Amino acid sequence: MSGANDPYDPKQVAALAPEALDAAVAAARRAVAGAGDLEALAAVRPAHLGDRAPVLLARRELGALPPAARADAGKRVNAARVAVTEAFEARRAELAAERDARVLAEERVDVTLPWDRTPRGARHPITTLMERIGDVFVGMGYEVAEGPELEAEWLNFDALNIGRDHPARTMMDTFFVAPEDSGLVLRTHTSPVQARTLLSRTPPVYVVAPGRTYRTDELDATHTPVFHQVEGLAVDRGLTMAHLRGTLDHLARQLFGADAVTRWRPSYFPFTEPSAEFDVWFPEHRDGPRWVEWGGCGMVNPRVLVACGVDPAEFSGFAFGMGIERAVQFRSAVADMRDMVEGDVRFTTAFGVEL
Amino acid sequence: MRVPIGWLAEHVDVPAGTTVEDLDAAFVRLGLEVEEVHRPAEVTGPLVVGRVLGIEELTGFKKPIRYTQVDVGEPEPRGIVCGAQNFAVGDAVVVALPGAVLPGGFAIAARRTYDHVSDGMICSARELGVGEDHAGILVLGDGAPAPGTPAGPVVGLDDVVVELAVTPDRGYCLSLRGIAREMGTGLGVPWRDPGDLAAPAGSGEPAWPVAVEDAGRCDRFSMVALEGLDPTAPSPWWMRRRLAQSGVRSISLAVDVTNYVMLELGQPMHAFDRDRVRGPIVVRRAREGERLTTLDGVDRALASDDLLITDDSGPIGLAAVMGGASTEIGAGTSAVLLEAAHWEPTGVARTARRHRLPSEAAKRFERGVDPEMTTAALARAAALLAEYGGARVVGALVDVDTRGPRPAIALDPALPGRVAGVPYPAGQVTALLGAVGCAVDGDGPLRVTPPSWRPDLTDPADLVEEVVRLAGYDDVPSVLPTAPPGRGLTDRQRRRRAVGRALAEAGHVEAPSFPFVGTAALDALGLPGDDPRRQVVLVRNPLSEEEPALRTTLLPGLLAALARNLSRGLRDVALFEHGAVFPGGERPPAPLPGVDRRPDDATLAALLGAVPEQPWHVAVALAGHREPRGWWGPGRPAGWADAVQAARRVAEAAGVELTVRAGVRAPWHPGRCAEMVAGGRVVGHAGELHPRVCAALDLPARTAAMELDVDALPPTAVPVGPRLSAFPPVFVDLAFVLAEDVPAADVEASIREAGGDLLESVRLFDVYTGPQAGEGRRSLAYSLTLRAPDRTLSGEEAAELRQRVVAHVRQARGAELRG
Repeated sequence: MSGANDPYDPKQVAALAPEALDAAVAAARRAVAGAGDLEALAAVRPAHLGDRAPVLLARRELGALPPAARADAGKRVNAARVAVTEAFEARRAELAAERDARVLAEERVDVTLPWDRTPRGARHPITTLMERIGDVFVGMGYEVAEGPELEAEWLNFDALNIGRDHPARTMMDTFFVAPEDSGLVLRTHTSPVQARTLLSRTPPVYVVAPGRTYRTDELDATHTPVFHQVEGLAVDRGLTMAHLRGTLDHLARQLFGADAVTRWRPSYFPFTEPSAEFDVWFPEHRDGPRWVEWGGCGMVNPRVLVACGVDPAEFSGFAFGMGIERAVQFRSAVADMRDMVEGDVRFTTAFGVEL
Repeated sequence: MRVPIGWLAEHVDVPAGTTVEDLDAAFVRLGLEVEEVHRPAEVTGPLVVGRVLGIEELTGFKKPIRYTQVDVGEPEPRGIVCGAQNFAVGDAVVVALPGAVLPGGFAIAARRTYDHVSDGMICSARELGVGEDHAGILVLGDGAPAPGTPAGPVVGLDDVVVELAVTPDRGYCLSLRGIAREMGTGLGVPWRDPGDLAAPAGSGEPAWPVAVEDAGRCDRFSMVALEGLDPTAPSPWWMRRRLAQSGVRSISLAVDVTNYVMLELGQPMHAFDRDRVRGPIVVRRAREGERLTTLDGVDRALASDDLLITDDSGPIGLAAVMGGASTEIGAGTSAVLLEAAHWEPTGVARTARRHRLPSEAAKRFERGVDPEMTTAALARAAALLAEYGGARVVGALVDVDTRGPRPAIALDPALPGRVAGVPYPAGQVTALLGAVGCAVDGDGPLRVTPPSWRPDLTDPADLVEEVVRLAGYDDVPSVLPTAPPGRGLTDRQRRRRAVGRALAEAGHVEAPSFPFVGTAALDALGLPGDDPRRQVVLVRNPLSEEEPALRTTLLPGLLAALARNLSRGLRDVALFEHGAVFPGGERPPAPLPGVDRRPDDATLAALLGAVPEQPWHVAVALAGHREPRGWWGPGRPAGWADAVQAARRVAEAAGVELTVRAGVRAPWHPGRCAEMVAGGRVVGHAGELHPRVCAALDLPARTAAMELDVDALPPTAVPVGPRLSAFPPVFVDLAFVLAEDVPAADVEASIREAGGDLLESVRLFDVYTGPQAGEGRRSLAYSLTLRAPDRTLSGEEAAELRQRVVAHVRQARGAELRG
């Protein structure tokens, strides 16, 4: 090794000679080509790119050259170093690709193997459909109201203009609760939530009330004594049947597709006047597009407003209610109501966690 | 209400070409729900009227057989073999000729039978598919068309019967008269009122002395007397046929006529055997201890609220509901008193309910009967009994009528438009109300007097409905209203959703069950006698006598669902349910205030206070494997820890901290029951079920369950964001050996106390019991992460903290550090 201050003739610096550099590059290329894997390549690297490799030693000699010669020799040294580096890099990439192709192929697994070690559960479609309907109304500014399933008889009937001896009352097939004078029933519909809402708040009110209801029907393919409804109530200034239709049409589109609309048939409920039953046009029905009976609706009977302390001269309102089991039944083509109440996991699992 | 269309068409000019589908649509548009359309069975081929010319009785067979000669309008009579005996020479019958096919694919051909060729068949009502009568063949009676006339129309084969669901506000539609009015309006065609009849002609003394003592419950009582009724006279075929179509059994002419007139005019009637009535008829309430045997043979104790028809012998009829047996007309009755009255609806409803007699009459009176119809019905019935039974009216009509005038309803003619959102011109409003039968006076505010048959029309809103209904609901446009901004879901609602989702995502399947339980289910859970869950609310009319109570815990229903799944061959089942439970206990009765105004605050508070709290519970039940076996290895059986973990998931979803400690409570295994505490109170339990409970409920051993009161969980606190330290952590593992009855939760609490702020997290990673731990002792191994918020912990600091933890756990829990 020559020190920077060694007085010697630049022409004698053999390491900077083009021939020497070419030879170093050629030697490096041979070594690179001869390395069969990444380990072998790493092993030969110090000899060609390490501190004591010819091209790096040559570079140290540059300082000894007069400035005029230095630039020229510097270019040569650099070119040689780049050539060696590139040779190594190219070979390294080549060997790495080879290694990857071989090793990763060996590590291949069968990705179709199941890994259901923690199976997901499910929520009942009655629950999720009620939530979904609630969400549609919350999106319109409604609030979700609630009431108890074991309810005051007065709220379930009297306040809703269903008189003590009215046939509509006997037709409700009510579960009564002991003792006889308890004044309590298992609510036959979600409509008492209307009365509770009007008694506890001042209009305008826009509420929707999903919940469980009871009637003394025997369980069969189309009836269940324990079922669910969603009740809607809007009381405000100037509400009309047109607003009721608009609201039901909107809900129908959210649940049954953009082409869904509702159709009304005159009917009777003591707590609405006029009253209608409504059908929904369901284009996706399993047996082809058709009208499906869904619920009842109407303008809140002024007598209900009076019983709840709302002035019918100032406020009007509409109300509607529909069966959830029925909606699940036709929306999801469920043939037998009993499947919905028996808690068979095969049924519920098919509906997932959200509807 | 079953409506034979042929009968309806007698009163309504149904346009030619109107199909059953058109009628169906019109009924629905009018608010009369079509429940079913009964189409007569199909008969093809020749079916004609025949007249019996001769009968030869054949003998020598097992049963009597006739060989008849029947004129079927052909040059020669046909010979027909017939097994029935209920006809005579000269009777008109229905004959199916060879080539006819009767309902059920029964093809008629000339065939040899009983040694004769039978060239056709004489038909019974059932063979024709027009009735159930199969006791004999169908005899058409006098007035039958000439032999050879096609018999289809004669026997009503062309009749379709439409079964309507009539809502309780429209009692008038429980009659052909009401349906005809609706249909005439609905189709816009002429119709005739079958009730437009003069009172029955009579003269002289009133037919019978009558006094009405309770005019409030009976504002009209009409009666006519008839004599000379031939008790053996049969009802005409057409009447029997229409009764059959209407679902009414034919009994005798007198009974059939009263039923027929009820169906036609909507006025229920009653026929008394005049010779069995003793003295004046008095309409009054029942007296203490009175009894009545009704037509159905039941001896009934009467309540003082029951309205009666009485004579000198006492009660002879339960007014509006059912007649009495003592004055029932029978095979020998030739003199009858026909009664048609108007009864107050709610009283009828109470009596019908009290005596469980939902008769056709009571059903109509409860829903409102036209009080104008009493005398019209008597006239119609008298005429029919005269024509077919030879009866004649004797004496003058009795008509005790105390009705007051019907008040008019003031109606703003713009109101229907304001309610519907459709601008109806005033003229249209007046015209539609007129079509309903209302008398309309005045302009500006209208004075509307509803017709006698519409007791349901009392308020302006009722009139609005009539206008909108007849104008058509399809006219109402679709306009979405704008609600004021809402608050979104409440915290409670969000929590319930979060709980359900969390359990479902964690592998539990929701299984809502009916909330009815019986003592057996509570016994199976092993609840002690004084357990508050045995204080139940009882249903007075339960679906099943075995399950008369409302649930106080979700477990009976959920465990039954678990057993049901297992019985269906499912093995690994994790279920959850959330819903209300109904604690029992003494409570003051809920008041029943009036409805003419808002109840006062005290009454309202009493009303709402009488409704018990119904807390929202969540429960989980697990059997089989929680993690299934698979190619990765064996499965992991579900156990007590999964139940506890489910409770923790619920608490996490609710954003609430849950403390778990050992507890004892049925139905859990006393050594494997966790008690869960939140907000300072016990909110639920979880663990493995008691072996006796598993046995009682037919569940596999080690079934696990959890139940928690979601409503008892404290409110969710707003979470505080942690300060995150970027300085490096120090990991320390510590294994303690200590008495095995020291709860792991206590050890962890001690570690946390000693660790203070520098202890970032602690996690139990191993539990060991065995010889190396020693008798009655176990080893608990924890991994601690230490980290300071503001600096890198030095080795000395970490060592010092470790020492502090070890010393504290030793001192507090008697734990030795394991070597």
